[in-house]
Amino acid sequence: MSTLNELTLAGALKGLASKDFSARELTQAHLDAIADADQLNAYLLTTTETALAMADASDARRAMGDVGALEGIPLGIKDLFCTNGTRTTAGSKILGDFTPHYESTVSANLWRDGAVMLGKLNMDEFAMGSSNENSAFGPVVNPWRANGETQQLVPGGSSGGSASAVAAQLCLGATATDTGGSIRQPASFTGTVGVKPTYGRCSRWGIVAFASSLDQAGPITRTVEDAAILLRSMSGHDPKDSTSLKADVPDFAAACTRSLKGMRIGVPKEYRVDGMPGEIEKLWADGMDWLRAEGCEIVDVSLPHTKYALPAYYIIAPAEASSNLARYDGMRYGVRVDGADLTETYEKTRGQGFGEEVRRRIMIGTYVLSAGFYDAYYIRAQKVRARIAEDFKKAFETCDALLTPTAPSAAFKIGARYNDPVQMYLNDIFTVTANLAGLPGISIPATLDNAGLPLGLQVIGKALDEETCFAVGGALERAAGFNAKPNKWW
Amino acid sequence: MSVDAKTVSKIARLARLEVAEERLAPLADELNGILHWIEELNEVDVEGVAPMASVEDVPTPTREDKVTDGNIRDDVLASAPRTEEGFFVMPKAVE
Amino acid sequence: MFTAERIADKSDWITTDTGDWEIIIGLEIHAQVASKAKLFSGAATGYGAEPNTQVSLVDAAMPGMLPVLNEYCVEQAVRTGMGMKAQINAFSRFDRKNYFYPDLPQGYQISQLYHPIVGEGEMLVELGDGESITVGIERLHLEQDAGKSIHDLDPNATYVDLNRCGVALMEIVSKPDMRSAREAAAYVRKLRALVRYLGTCDGDMEKGNLRADVNVSVRRPGGDLGTRCEIKNLNSMRFIQQAIEYEARRQIEILENGGEIDQETRLYNTDTGETRTMRSKEDAHDYRYFPDPDLLPVKLSEDWLAAIKASLPELPDDKKIRFVSEYGLSEYDASVLVSDREKAAYYEDVADGNDKKLAANWLLNEVFGKLNKENVEISDSPVSAAANRAIVGMISNGVISGKIAKQVFEICWTEGGDPEAIVEERGLKQVTDTGAIEAMIDEIIAANPDQAAKVKDKPKTLGWFVGQVMQASKGKANPQAVNEILRKKLL
Ligand SMILES: [Mg+2]
Ligand SMILES: [Zn+2]
Repeated sequence: MSTLNELTLAGALKGLASKDFSARELTQAHLDAIADADQLNAYLLTTTETALAMADASDARRAMGDVGALEGIPLGIKDLFCTNGTRTTAGSKILGDFTPHYESTVSANLWRDGAVMLGKLNMDEFAMGSSNENSAFGPVVNPWRANGETQQLVPGGSSGGSASAVAAQLCLGATATDTGGSIRQPASFTGTVGVKPTYGRCSRWGIVAFASSLDQAGPITRTVEDAAILLRSMSGHDPKDSTSLKADVPDFAAACTRSLKGMRIGVPKEYRVDGMPGEIEKLWADGMDWLRAEGCEIVDVSLPHTKYALPAYYIIAPAEASSNLARYDGMRYGVRVDGADLTETYEKTRGQGFGEEVRRRIMIGTYVLSAGFYDAYYIRAQKVRARIAEDFKKAFETCDALLTPTAPSAAFKIGARYNDPVQMYLNDIFTVTANLAGLPGISIPATLDNAGLPLGLQVIGKALDEETCFAVGGALERAAGFNAKPNKWW
Repeated sequence: MSVDAKTVSKIARLARLEVAEERLAPLADELNGILHWIEELNEVDVEGVAPMASVEDVPTPTREDKVTDGNIRDDVLASAPRTEEGFFVMPKAVE
Repeated sequence: MFTAERIADKSDWITTDTGDWEIIIGLEIHAQVASKAKLFSGAATGYGAEPNTQVSLVDAAMPGMLPVLNEYCVEQAVRTGMGMKAQINAFSRFDRKNYFYPDLPQGYQISQLYHPIVGEGEMLVELGDGESITVGIERLHLEQDAGKSIHDLDPNATYVDLNRCGVALMEIVSKPDMRSAREAAAYVRKLRALVRYLGTCDGDMEKGNLRADVNVSVRRPGGDLGTRCEIKNLNSMRFIQQAIEYEARRQIEILENGGEIDQETRLYNTDTGETRTMRSKEDAHDYRYFPDPDLLPVKLSEDWLAAIKASLPELPDDKKIRFVSEYGLSEYDASVLVSDREKAAYYEDVADGNDKKLAANWLLNEVFGKLNKENVEISDSPVSAAANRAIVGMISNGVISGKIAKQVFEICWTEGGDPEAIVEERGLKQVTDTGAIEAMIDEIIAANPDQAAKVKDKPKTLGWFVGQVMQASKGKANPQAVNEILRKKLL
């Protein structure tokens, strides 16, 4: 039974349906794999007893013929999602042993559909990072290593724990969140599929906020179909989130095998950035060929303000974050560090509770909103954001979806970029635009580079058109035939 | 625009973040690196563009005026570092 | 439309050795919306609950909690705006005002800076002496109230109750159009009456449901505007007036000693009647307002606005005009009657089917005086509007005299009962039978011949006879008839 964790999510659903194994067996196989993978540091906490109890309950429901869309499927939950009765840290020390008395809407949707919680996944503190080196609980390690190397690589971030756990088969799928690329970039770094849906598709209620106008939850899985199944359960209108969209949730899985004949795929010329590795250029060209073979027409499009997306993001996201993180003050929950007076208590609590990158972004966000700078920075960034959204709108007049690389590089060594914030921020250069415009994007693992590390392709769709992303993603997955797995070294 | 140690100190106070004296200048350098990069935005022609606060173009949804929540004092106080007789207890605040 | 040009009434000037000063006043009123639930959460808003029992996870700013707007609160803000004849903004939005304080769990207050729901308007404010001023309204916006910090339960700690946290407030900002404590008080009174008419706020200042921040500066009459100070959180009409007067004198004293006024936020000490510095301009907060990304804009359709407008009750100013033009009341009487929605409704009830002026006089001279003296709210009056209607009806039909009416009212007040039955049972009906009155008069003239002889020379002494007749009839003789007959016989 030790190989049950190698199944796909869809495959496990079939096996459970045909009673090849029980939810308990499936869950136990994952718990065993997790126990054997401490070196990856992907899980911050394993909810063993809860998992087994949920699995037993699932088996009981199945025996009664009450079968949900994710019945018996063991999942990992990014520690940004509040889970009732289970410690939630957002990858930070400042929350201490904070244990919510409520469940995020997205995770509640999963349990409603019969899924099993394995535990809480490591992440960059407050989802701020692109390498998962910003976790207060130590970096997550990528299960992939370069050919013949033993050096540890980053899994990307901020959903590095989710990506690493999925790639190392420590769960059948994981929840993740994406504010500037935090689902898609780690998916690209770990050879997994990651989807950031349209802004508003998944409720933000109960997810620790980073930048409210950009944050979106989504799945990381090993196949496009698995991502489609998981996203369907995660999605849906939630009256508790004012930005939740009132839109029907389609059968995303059905779209994965949809014909692409006659579809127009845009290739934005501004994504050919200086210094992009040749292998990524080649992969991109391969992707175009694969889609041509499926009957797509490849068209050149222009997104002229692409270059400004990251700088705009690094105003908007820190600004929102500086305000969203004000509630972490040690007064009603979390760790309080006493000072001589109230102000000093605030300062010590927050100065010592937050990690370096979080403090850096709070400082930037506070600065750009402060008196005299609001118009020059924040308002200007919002105007540039409007320009970027406009770019996409124009591009989608001539195409149905966009094809781009997911990230400008493969996974890099832990520590390699840690001390250069701007270099680190450039990881999100291809992903952040979709957040600013609120569009759905999917990253599909497509090849291994010369060092044997996975590289992903990204498909960006129109708002609320995840189905086209899944259709194109499914075709790319089939054409790429990517089935490499990291060698187990842990 | 660039920030100096004094500005960093002011911003840190606004944000209620303790920053050690010797970290002020290095932090100013770091922030200036980022701010300098951000200033690329000045190249963009934004004449006549309305600032975009949200990608959604619908009015904010509303709820009915009904009491549907509250009466959960135990939950509200459960994680507090200090409580007394149903109150949160915090360091002395005097304005 | 700030009327800086308007110079205070001379009687409101403060005169010192160096000359005259006038006070310039603007107010920010925080009026709690009379809603059942909070502005962005479903927790209750009732007063006096056990600490932290009316708190949701949203109010306590737990991680991942999100605001959802209470529609009713939007409606009340719009209704109040319409009542102030102000611009209603079809597009408005919520912003975050960022600062740290124990009773502010989110670390920001959700408010409206850049796009308030209500823009400029104006209010006619009667000063009570027949004069009135116009006060410009700058804006009305919706925002969250903070929680309550209690500083005196522990010498080293602050206790925080979040029950009030997140309750909807309307912040109503006036232009600096007031020139005296009396004008400021009249404005607050008018605004309070308005929100009570509209039912948008109960106006209960004691409970803090309506409180004022007062901006005060002084200048030489008609001169350049001075630097202002803001006095926070005044929750009674008396404190508002005292704080203004103290603050104006404080500023004048500084200026006369060659000093300068620091623009600052001050607190009023209700025990000493003094104001003291709370926050100077140097440590003024930098609130870093920006649009709340958890909420989308508020957009109001024309149809919705029209429906709200149509549902508004008759407002005090309109009611006053109607009372004057339709009922023939004096401006002054009308403005007193409309100063409070309940008073006005009570009056209309009493006046129904009666002489309007008589009803107004009866209420203003008798009933309201009694209520005032006994410190009883009109809603708790032991004499109902229907009873007063009957009394006024009997006066105008000549069934009883005004004097007897007072007696009947007293009986109703202390013993209760139906005024008509009381008049009937106790034989208080006015005697209008001229024969009976004439008989009484003949008797009195016969008994006082000397007195009767004097009347021709001194007609004023006729009053003595009237008194005698009234006494003889125990007040029931119709005074008009008595007068007529006496005149005929003696003059
Ligand atoms: Mg104010
Ligand atoms: Zn206010």
